[in-house]
Amino acid sequence: MPARVIPSVPFVEGLYASMLRIRRVEECIADLVERGEVLCPCHLCIGQEAIPAGICAALRRDDYVWGGHRSHGHYLAKGGDLTGLLAEILGKPSGCSGGRGGSMHLFAPEVGILGTVPLVAATIPLAVGAALATRRLKTDRVSVSFFGDGATEEGHYHESVNLAALWKLPVVFVCENNLYASHLSLSERRAAEAIVDTARALGVPGDQVDGNDVLAVHTAAVQAVAHARAVGPVFLECRTFRWRGHVGPAEDLDVGVRRRADLAGWMANDPIARAGAWLQAAGMDAGRLAAIERDAREEVRAALARAKAAPDARPEDAGAHVFAARVE
Amino acid sequence: MRTLTYAEAIREAHALLLASDPRVFVVGQGVWSPWYVGSSMQGLDVEFGRDRIMDSPVSENAVTGLAVGAALAGLRPIVVHPRMDFMLLAVDPIVNQAANWSYMFNGALGVPVVVRAIVNRGGEQAAQHSQSLQAVFAHVPGLKVVMPATPRDAKGLLIDAVYDGNPVVYIDDRWLYGESGEVPEGLYRVPIGTGRRLRTGTDVTVVATSIMVPRALDAAERLNRAGISVEVIDLRSVKPWDRDLVFSSVRKTGRLVVADAAWEGFGTAAEILAAAATEVLDALQAPPRRVCLPDTPAPMSRHQERAYYPTAESIAAAVQATTTTTRGARSGALPADA
Repeated sequence: MPARVIPSVPFVEGLYASMLRIRRVEECIADLVERGEVLCPCHLCIGQEAIPAGICAALRRDDYVWGGHRSHGHYLAKGGDLTGLLAEILGKPSGCSGGRGGSMHLFAPEVGILGTVPLVAATIPLAVGAALATRRLKTDRVSVSFFGDGATEEGHYHESVNLAALWKLPVVFVCENNLYASHLSLSERRAAEAIVDTARALGVPGDQVDGNDVLAVHTAAVQAVAHARAVGPVFLECRTFRWRGHVGPAEDLDVGVRRRADLAGWMANDPIARAGAWLQAAGMDAGRLAAIERDAREEVRAALARAKAAPDARPEDAGAHVFAARVE
Repeated sequence: MRTLTYAEAIREAHALLLASDPRVFVVGQGVWSPWYVGSSMQGLDVEFGRDRIMDSPVSENAVTGLAVGAALAGLRPIVVHPRMDFMLLAVDPIVNQAANWSYMFNGALGVPVVVRAIVNRGGEQAAQHSQSLQAVFAHVPGLKVVMPATPRDAKGLLIDAVYDGNPVVYIDDRWLYGESGEVPEGLYRVPIGTGRRLRTGTDVTVVATSIMVPRALDAAERLNRAGISVEVIDLRSVKPWDRDLVFSSVRKTGRLVVADAAWEGFGTAAEILAAAATEVLDALQAPPRRVCLPDTPAPMSRHQERAYYPTAESIAAAVQATTTTTRGARSGALPADA
């Protein structure tokens, strides 16, 4: 990758606000789960916000983004509607998926999200197929596939990377390597540590990136997206750590003593604090940072109020839409 | 009207779809091969280009997922599995993804993908090159399943499947590839969900799927000479299936046999019999019967294969059994081992 471009303060402020917004939304969701207002499984990306924020800032509105069970951040960073997300998690018909999916099934076609689903690695081949469609339909959209380190243990991950390489499709594979698949650490699951090597072995260029450095992620993403649009698939392994458990708001420390020690180190390496420090070093005053914080909290509060005010789902509607309307 | 073989009719459907709609493409293993998918795609890669007829790596799961993703993003893919057995490696994109997508996202986006599965059995190919798994897929909400038995329907159902707007598992059978029949010119659709009465009769209704249709017609002809009048219904569409057509026939004949060349238990025939017992029990004069495969994998040896697959004789025997039993007689005497 070429040398990093010096970013402007307003641009970094945008990345900072995007990350902070994701975190405040997820803390709100964690509260809803803890209070028992939400039952559906919620997988939080607190601690990993630099990856969705940094990658999506390099995309056009019409580029595709595919995700999995842990995709609140992808949805928000790509421009999905916040009230729609919260309403979805509350099971409301006004939710982004009509209240049919909950946290693990997010939908925002107006910003290129045609569905996120929790079957691990399931959307990786779908992302490759959407890339094929963009080429056949003669658009220059790229298709970004977000997945965790666990997904790279699935066979169809490897199959999909091979298809994208073989057919030179505009796919950006983004592995959010948070070092754990549920309760198992990376070294308990694979002998070779560098996941990026699995893509290189199939002819896809790639890099490892500090996934807690939003500027590093964004710089890599700009290069990767340009490569995908012009040449073919590319792979980014972004190393990070999730602060909460695999699912739900708890910190998941029962997984092991080592995880507790690791977590302390990773919390000291908070991507939001790092971006905040960069802004302050660049001359931004504390008042401006506080205003961003205030705006995020107010937006979440207002969105939650709107989402809660919407009507609940009706039992008699549960059977609708097994099939979609005919298309010509 | 001109006649085509079943394989030629499938090829013609592909060619017309590819010529008329730039969104249509085909992906799967062996589609450039002169023999892999029989003669059902002969020369299409030359005619339409290898970027629209895509022979694929040995990756059933990702290739099917790619087709699902392409469908979501605006294309009309046909993904081909030259042997249905291998399609089990693609169950996640078919069952978890394509089938659920419309429901999970509130009907906002369907998956207009055709998953073409070829049943290719016999010839001592043994258990993993023989399976006919329509019931597995018909079990799943959100999937449609069709099984054409005639050249006319092989063409018209493929065209309807591409434009259904939902995932359709289209199952064709290599044993039918050489069968000839009248096929209309041009693009026409055979509506998914409709069956077809191929022979009118008054004594027994035989509902058959795919390869069992010609065998049922053969059985009906023989039974006619023996004085039994058989009505033959080609189911064509396993899911949804034409309940009105089947039930109206059963109300007329009072007897029902379902012939389906797949395992008997939990199968297509079981579903139809269960529905008949629920909906038209009063009309049934005799216990309905199934003509299916036994609950074993497919054998290899030709001697065992011959006994394994049901024939016109199997169907005729089942029909005759329904004419010699009645519900009253059965309920009057318990079987000896009860």
